[in-house]
Amino acid sequence: MRSPGSIYVSFLDPVPPPWARTLVEELGGLLPQEARILDAPVDLRPAYSPERNQYHATLLLASLLRTLPDPGARILGVTGVDLYIPVLTFVFGQAQLAGPGAILSTYRLHNEFYGLPPDPDMLLDRVIKEAMHELGHCFGMVHCPDFRCVMNASTYVEEVDLKGDWYCRECEARMELPGRTPG
Amino acid sequence: MKKRRILIVDDEHSVRKSLQEWFLEDGFDVQTAEDGHQALLTLDSGPFDIYIVDLKMPGMDGITLQKRILEGYPDAAVIILTAYASVDTAVEALKLGAFDYVTKPVDPDELSNLVRNALRQKDLAEENVRLKETVSEMGLASPIVGESPGMRRILEIIPTVAETDSTVVVLGESGTGKELIARAIHAQSKRRFAPLVAVNCGSIPETLLGSELFGHEKGAFTGAQYRRKGKIELAHGGTLFLDEIGDITPKMQIDLLRVLESRRFTRLGGNQEIHSDFRLVCATNKNLEELVAVGDFREDFYYRIKVFSIELPPLRERRDDILPLARHFVAKYARAMGKAEKAISPEARELLEGHRWAGNVRELENAIERAMVIGREPELLPEDLPFRAHATGPGPDKLSLEAMEKEHIQRVLREMEGNVSRSAKALGIDRATLYSKIRKYGIDR
Repeated sequence: MRSPGSIYVSFLDPVPPPWARTLVEELGGLLPQEARILDAPVDLRPAYSPERNQYHATLLLASLLRTLPDPGARILGVTGVDLYIPVLTFVFGQAQLAGPGAILSTYRLHNEFYGLPPDPDMLLDRVIKEAMHELGHCFGMVHCPDFRCVMNASTYVEEVDLKGDWYCRECEARMELPGRTPG
Repeated sequence: MKKRRILIVDDEHSVRKSLQEWFLEDGFDVQTAEDGHQALLTLDSGPFDIYIVDLKMPGMDGITLQKRILEGYPDAAVIILTAYASVDTAVEALKLGAFDYVTKPVDPDELSNLVRNALRQKDLAEENVRLKETVSEMGLASPIVGESPGMRRILEIIPTVAETDSTVVVLGESGTGKELIARAIHAQSKRRFAPLVAVNCGSIPETLLGSELFGHEKGAFTGAQYRRKGKIELAHGGTLFLDEIGDITPKMQIDLLRVLESRRFTRLGGNQEIHSDFRLVCATNKNLEELVAVGDFREDFYYRIKVFSIELPPLRERRDDILPLARHFVAKYARAMGKAEKAISPEARELLEGHRWAGNVRELENAIERAMVIGREPELLPEDLPFRAHATGPGPDKLSLEAMEKEHIQRVLREMEGNVSRSAKALGIDRATLYSKIRKYGIDR
């Protein structure tokens, strides 16, 4: 039986990525909640900083939250633009701790960003992990010192590759998800 | 596990908010302040593990705020946030004790590493203090020298007493080593890995003793700028040693009685009840029973602390310990001064054994230390000691006639190697009279 409260995934760019449906199916398979795509436009422009050529993650998250269709649900925004918060050079994503909203950027998850040939499978793997990570914050979890746990803080893409796509035993217990183990 | 606390001080709302969310995701308890004054008010809730402070703020700037934080909490880890233009000022902040500085915008990895390193350094510094205290407690507790029957009995009792959590009162004249006994009890107890916190109640004015023992909240009295933990709170898990307990006022006795009943108290000026699990060891050179009899010491407090009492004999009543103690101090100061250990010449030995030692072991230790400083010969000689032969034995001071008689009999018995007949002859009295006096004065032959 599914846990109450759907997870909506909103693709913020004009053209959704080719793996959009796969990501939602993977999240629905991993998490006890139902995951579905939300088709509600969010204007990226107000969050754009010409000085930094980046998008303000907090402002985008605020816009995203206004599209939340159901108060008991959670929403994850996915974008290909580079995100920042004012004091940091960039962020992979941002989430509300024990709140309904999270956002993640695929900008620095592409191999091309590091001068490497494209690898669509690796990109999807990274996006799934970061989506699970940001949603974990929405479920109330903080960063975990276990490098294999998806809640481990990643500031380099190599650290994203190193960790798994599921919560360690301690984090899972803290999240109180009903009866799911990594599949 | 207790959450680590971070205080973020920045006049820009967006910076405060984004850093707050960043560190919340790391599991920190995050507080924010928009300027220096608000930051100082936030310190009322207690110290933080990390302070992230913007350099340029209206009103109080980051450098001034850092100074104020370090005045209250000298070990605080302050990280300065700055723009490129003010790196010189940030370097000045480093010279004034900041942990590090970062330029905005900062790389997420750099910020995470910086905070991790600051916490690691803070933990190591705190562990270092704890270990130093433990090592020094162990060092202070080790040597109790005593071969006389009286001291042997006490040394045998200590392990038994140490096993329990009972309150102990150590009685004895000044300089007999009461604190050493307290430390030995602590060092052999299950509490030995927590601190022994010592307070000399006689040396602190009554007005300050309350704050010293119970701690105080900010503003509890003039000059109380910050919250301060008291010795009772600091002794949590360990032993509280209250020296000169006979000198505390009846009011303080009531306050301490309450704490002993419940192990709970409040800081001066505070409402929050604090629990402290400590074992109490007291000491005094006063006769507490007499103080109770004349009404200067509360009877209920007396019986509360006198669960187990240990009475240390003065050095003049355990003359067998004088030479072993003297040798122990010679070895101690030889080590400390980097000198060779010395033998004690027969003449110096005689002088040491004959002295009255009104200041007890402390006087003996001081005499040996002085001798080790001034003595130039490979042996410790009479002229190295701070007294001469004429000062030995009962001098023309305040000894009673009976005390003088006792000392004289002891000295003659020592000279005659305990032979009663020869001693009686030397004293000009018969054997029966000498036996009667030996019994009367409890002289140990």
